[in-house]
Amino acid sequence: MLTLECPYCGVMADETELSPGYEAHLKRFGPGASPEEFEAYMFARKNPKGVHFERWRHTYGCGKWFLAARCTATLEVFGTYPAQVSAPPADIIAKIQARRPNWQPDWQPDGKAPE
Amino acid sequence: MSDPVSALGGARFTGFADIREIGPVGMITLRGKGLKAFDKAIKTAVGTKVPAQRRIEVAGDKACGWMSPDEYLLVMPYAEVPKALAAIALALAGQHHLAVDVSDARAVFRVEGEKAADVLRKLAPADLDLMAPGELRRTRAAQVAVAFWQQDGGFTVVCFRSVAGYVMGLLRHSAMQGSELA
Amino acid sequence: MSTRLAKGGRLIDRTAAVEFTFNGKRLRGYQGDTLASALLANDQMLVGRSFKYHRPRGIVASGPEEPNALVNLGSGARLEPNQRTTVTELFDGLESTSQNHWPSLEFDVGVLNNYAARFLPSGFYYKTFIHPRPFWKHVFEPIIRRSAGLGKAPTTGDADRYEQAYAFCDVLIVGGGVAGLMAARAAAKGGGRVILLEQSPQLGGRSPVDETEVEGKPVEAWLDAVEAGLRAMDNVTIRTRTTGAGVYDHGYVLADERVADHTPGDGRPKHRLWRIRAGRIITATGAIERPLSFAGNDIPGVMLAGAVRDFVAGYAVSPGDRTVVVTNNDSAYLTALALKAAGLDVPAVLDARDDATGALPETARAAGIRVLTGRAIAKVKGGKRVTGVAICAQAGEGAVLEEIDCDAVAMSGGWSPVVHLYSHCGGKLLWDEAISAFVPDPSRPPLNHDGSAMVEVVGAAAGHLDLGSILAADVSAGVETKGRRKEDARKTVSTSVTIPPIWVMPQGAPIAMRSKMWLDYQNDVKVSDVQLAAREGYQSVEHTKRYTTLGMATDQGKLSNINGLAVLADALGQEIPQVGTTTFRPPYTPVTIGALAGESRGEIFQPLRRTPMHESHEKSGAYFEPVGLWRRPYCFPRAGETHEQAVHREVLNTRSNLGLLDASTLGKIIVKGPDAGKFLDMLYTGVMSTLPVGKCRYGLMCNEQGFLSDDGVVARIDEDTWLCHTTSGGADRIHAWMEDWLQCEWWDWQVYTANVTEQYAQVAVVGPNARKLLQVLGGMDVSRESLPFMQWADGTLGGFPVRVYRISFSGELSYEIAIPASRGAAFWAACMEAGKALGAMPYGTEALHVMRAEKGFIMIGDETDGTVIPQDLGLDWAISKKKTDYLGKRGQERSYLASTDRWKLAGFETLDGSVIPDGSYIVADGTNGNGQRNTQGRVTSTYYSPTLRRGIAMGLLRHGPTRMGEVVEFNTVSGGTVKARVRDAVFFDKDGEKQNV
Repeated sequence: MLTLECPYCGVMADETELSPGYEAHLKRFGPGASPEEFEAYMFARKNPKGVHFERWRHTYGCGKWFLAARCTATLEVFGTYPAQVSAPPADIIAKIQARRPNWQPDWQPDGKAPE
Repeated sequence: MSDPVSALGGARFTGFADIREIGPVGMITLRGKGLKAFDKAIKTAVGTKVPAQRRIEVAGDKACGWMSPDEYLLVMPYAEVPKALAAIALALAGQHHLAVDVSDARAVFRVEGEKAADVLRKLAPADLDLMAPGELRRTRAAQVAVAFWQQDGGFTVVCFRSVAGYVMGLLRHSAMQGSELA
Repeated sequence: MSTRLAKGGRLIDRTAAVEFTFNGKRLRGYQGDTLASALLANDQMLVGRSFKYHRPRGIVASGPEEPNALVNLGSGARLEPNQRTTVTELFDGLESTSQNHWPSLEFDVGVLNNYAARFLPSGFYYKTFIHPRPFWKHVFEPIIRRSAGLGKAPTTGDADRYEQAYAFCDVLIVGGGVAGLMAARAAAKGGGRVILLEQSPQLGGRSPVDETEVEGKPVEAWLDAVEAGLRAMDNVTIRTRTTGAGVYDHGYVLADERVADHTPGDGRPKHRLWRIRAGRIITATGAIERPLSFAGNDIPGVMLAGAVRDFVAGYAVSPGDRTVVVTNNDSAYLTALALKAAGLDVPAVLDARDDATGALPETARAAGIRVLTGRAIAKVKGGKRVTGVAICAQAGEGAVLEEIDCDAVAMSGGWSPVVHLYSHCGGKLLWDEAISAFVPDPSRPPLNHDGSAMVEVVGAAAGHLDLGSILAADVSAGVETKGRRKEDARKTVSTSVTIPPIWVMPQGAPIAMRSKMWLDYQNDVKVSDVQLAAREGYQSVEHTKRYTTLGMATDQGKLSNINGLAVLADALGQEIPQVGTTTFRPPYTPVTIGALAGESRGEIFQPLRRTPMHESHEKSGAYFEPVGLWRRPYCFPRAGETHEQAVHREVLNTRSNLGLLDASTLGKIIVKGPDAGKFLDMLYTGVMSTLPVGKCRYGLMCNEQGFLSDDGVVARIDEDTWLCHTTSGGADRIHAWMEDWLQCEWWDWQVYTANVTEQYAQVAVVGPNARKLLQVLGGMDVSRESLPFMQWADGTLGGFPVRVYRISFSGELSYEIAIPASRGAAFWAACMEAGKALGAMPYGTEALHVMRAEKGFIMIGDETDGTVIPQDLGLDWAISKKKTDYLGKRGQERSYLASTDRWKLAGFETLDGSVIPDGSYIVADGTNGNGQRNTQGRVTSTYYSPTLRRGIAMGLLRHGPTRMGEVVEFNTVSGGTVKARVRDAVFFDKDGEKQNV
C-alpha cells in the first residue's frame, strides 16, 4: 500500500485515495498513424524492474492526475509531479540519478523515444 | 410548490459523538484559475477571500473551500445560491470559468462532541493530527468520497446525496457508545 | 496430573473465581487465567485431536504459537472456531468445546488413521485419490470432510460488531517486552508520535518469568516505571491485546486489537483493525521456543520448557507432578529451577550437549537436580498422557539406557527469533551459526518510500537471546524519531547464548523412531515425512512444504518450520541457509474475517446509491435491481402479480396511457468553455460543436481502441455550455475519462467539466398522455410546436423549476424532466397525483428495456461488451465522416475492425414466437478445431414483447444487414436449437409516428 504525495494538493495520499493509470508520458497516435505507431501507443507498455514513470489520479482527493517516478523493485518513490508535461522534468531526473547513478533516461531531450 | 428537502430529512444519532444531518445547504462549484476579479467574485458571493491550498475560509454562514488548483466550493444558505451565481457571472463575465449549483447533489453532516475526531479516524485514511486549523480535507469515508473541515467545535462532513444513507450508517456505526478510540 | 499450585501466580487473581465450560463440563478458574492455564488447572491436558491421524493433542505452548490447543469458543451467534486457548483470556461463562474429533474427544474413530499411518505418507492425498475419478467426489471427499477439518463454522450471523481505524505515527514499535519498551522510551524522547503494540494483555514479554532485574531494578518495578513513564507522555500510545499482523509497503501496518474478546456482549466492538501508517517500524517481537524431535514428542504432557515455567510462574499451574526436562541449551534449566522452587519433582534434566557448564546448569546441580549430559529421549511413553520417558545417548541410535516415570516433559530445542514482520515486505535473513537460527540481516532490510530501512529489529527478534545482549545493544541509539537513523548507530552485539544444531534425537535414530517424531503437530508431519519428500525429489523448501503440508496449519509452522527445514537440509546434504525458509506472509497470527470486514456489513456493506424518489418507490412496493451501486425499481408489482406480469402491464400501460420512470440515475455532465465544442467533437463520434442552442443530439463515445463505451443525448445549453447525458452506470467513469483527456493530453484547451448527476432528479413522462399530464401540471408550453422532438426548454411545471428534454427511449411521446434533487420526491408525487385521471403508472427498468428493444435502440452493456464498434451496430449515421479525428477513430481503422465480415446488428423473431434464451449463439455449419460447433453470431437482447405478443431479439450476425428474411438457428440451453428469421431490429413503429406527435 503505497503513499504518494499529490503535487496539486500536497497531501501524502494513501493508495486507497488514488487510482492507478498505467504508464506515463505516452504519445497519442490518432488517424494517419502507422500500425506500428498505433500498436506502440495502444499496447506496448514498459514493464521495467526498476525506474518507472506512471500515472495516478487523486480520485478521492482533488481529482487531478499526477505522475510518479518510482522503482518497481524496491517501491522507492523518487518524486511526483503534475501531469502537464511530455517528459519527466529535470529535477525528477536528478533525484532519480542521485539514487540510481547508473540509470539513464531512454528518451531524447526533445521528448521523443529513441529509434 | 414544496420546500427543498435534504437527503435524510435531518437524521440524528447520539453515541459518544453527536451526528446530525443538516441542510439543505447552498453550494456552488466554481472552477477557474488565474482570473482577474476572481477574488472579487468570491468576495461578493460568500464574503471571504480566496482560500489557500487545502484551506476553507469561513464567514458566518458562508464559506469558500479549496477543492483543487482550479476548483472551489462555495457554501451559503440554500436560498442565496441564485444571487451568488448571478454575482459570479457578473464578476467573471467574459472570462473562462464554470459556476454551477450543486446544493442538491450533496448531503451535509455535523459530527460534534469532544471525541468527534475519533468518528472520522475510523473512516478516513487521513492524518487528523496534522490537519491545520481551517483545513479542508478531501478523502474517502470507507467506500465513498467525502470532504470535511473543523468548524464550531466539530466537523462538517460533505458527501454525495445518493450515498447520504450510507454515510449516515458509517457515522452511526463509528460513533457507537463504547467504541471511543482513546 | 496437572493442577493449580497453592501459592503464586503473578497473573491470576485468586479472589475472583470464574466459571467456564469445556465440552459441557463446568470448570473453575481465576480472573487472569488463559483458557489453557485454566484447563491445565483442572487437569484437562487432552484438548483436541490432530488433523490427519486424530492423535490426542495437549497444550504445548503458552502463547500465540500454540498449534494444538484449538477450541470452538462460544456458541450460537458468538461461536468462533479454532481459537487458541493459550491466548484466550478466561471470562465468566466462557463456553468451549474441543474440535476435530468424532464421535468424542476421548474416543475418536479417526484415530484408526493412526494405525494406518504408514499408509498415509506425505503426498498421500495426491497419490491415492486420483483413480477412479468419480470416487473422489462421491466417496473419498465426503469421508475426508467428515473426519478432517478443524472447528465448526458458525451457522448464524455474528452477534458482535467490528470496526477499523486509521492511525499515523513516526515510530511504531511492535512488541512490549524489554527491548520494545526500551525502544519506545528512546523514541518517545524524540518528541515524535510513538505507538507501541503488544499482543498480550500485559507488557514485559518473557522478562517477568525469565529475569530477576533490569537496569539494576527488580523486573516488575522496572516494567512498572517504564510503562508509567510512557503512559504519562502525550506523544505515546500503548495498545495491549493488539497484534501487529502484517507489514506492507511504505510503512503500512495492520494490527488487530482484541477489544472485547474477554468481555463479550459489553457493547464494545469485538475487534478493531488498525490501519497504521508509520514513518519507521521497530519490531521487538521476541523469539519462539522450538520443540525437539524425539519419538513420542507429540504425546499430551510434552510441552515447551518456556511454556511450562510460564504456567508455573504466571498462573500457578503445574503441568505435571514429575517433569523431565530435555534440552540443547541453558534456558530450559530455568524451567527445572522454577518447578523445583514450586515444590515439584524434576527427576532429571537431559541435556543433549556433551557438557553443560553454564551458570544455569550449575545452579540446577547445586539445587540437587540430576543433570545428564549427552543424553536424549529415545521414546516418550504414554497415550493420552505422558507416563514416562526412555533415555538414550544423543550420539547413538537410541539404545535405551534408563527409563524414568514422569507425567510431563519440558523440552527446549532452542529459540527462533520472530522475524515474520521484518520479512513480510522483503527483509532478508542470515543464518546465525551460534544460535542455530535465522536472524534479520540489517544490511538488507525492507525499504521505505524514500529508500531508507523501513523495519528495524531489536531484542530477541534480532537474535539477542539474553537480557545482557539486549541491554548491551542499547536500542536507544539512533531511535530518535525524525530523520534517518545513522547506519553505524547500532552497536554490533552478539548474544552470549549458544544453541547447537540438534535437530533429531538421538542423532542416529532409526526409521521406527523418526516416524514417531512430530515436526508439525497440527497437520501431523513427521521427520520421516520430510525425509521421504527429499527422497522423492523435492528440493525446494516451498515445494516440500506443500507436498508434506509442513507449516500449513493454522499456526503456519511457528514451531515446526525451522526444525523441518533443518531435517530437509540434512536429507538433501545441504546447508540450512542454502535451503532457505518458506515465505513469511501476513498475518502473523490469524485475523478474524469480522475485523477485516470492519464496518462493511449489513446495511453498510457497500454504498447503496438512492435517488430522491427511492423512499416513494419502496412504499409503492417496487422490486429493486442493482445498476452499478444504484438501486433502481425493476418493476412495481401489484398484489398477486408476478414480476413478469408487472413488467407486461407496465409496458402496455405506457404504450397506451402513461408511464412514469425515475430516470434520476442518468449521468449528467456539464462541459463548458471556449474549447468545449472542439473537445466534445473529439469525445463523441459525431459532431456536437454545431448543435444549436436549445437542441439535443444523440452521441456515441468510444475508447481509443474504437470500441463503443457509452452513449447518451447531448443538449446545448448556451454558447459555450453543453450538458452530456451518460448511461446510469457510466457517469463517474465518463466524467473521469473527460478529465483524463483535459488534464493529461489537451491541458491547454479551455474546458471545465462538472458532474451534476446528483443535482437533479429526473422523471421520464412517457406515453400518449404525456403531454396531457404536463398540461395538467401547467406552467410552460410543451406543445409540439413550442417544444418539438429533440429540443429542451426551461420553465416551471406545477410550480417546480424544471428543465424539460423532449427525448424518447421508448418510441412514445416522451418528456424527460429534470428538477432539483431536493424537490424530486415532491415532483414525483405531483406527477402521480395529476396522472391518476390519465392512467399513469410507474414503470421500472425492465419495462424500459423491453420498450427500447421493441424500438431497436441499443443498450450499452447489452449490445456492447467492449469488443463492439458502433459500425457493428449500424450506427454509422452517428459517426462523422468529415472529422479528421475523434477518440477511437484510428482504432476503428484497424483491418480486423474495418472488415466486412464482422458480426453486425440485426433483429430476430423466432418462427414459433418463443423467446430466444439469453446468451445464445447462432450456429453455423461444421465444427472448429476443438470440435465445437461453429458460430456466426449471438443474441444481445432478447425479450417477450407484450406489445407484439411474441419473442423479439436483437443480435449480432455475420453480414447481418444483408441477410434479411433468412432463417438462422440459435442454440438453446437444452442442447437443441431454435429457428429465427433475420429482420430489421426495429420491431415497433418504424417510422416514429408515436414519438413525433
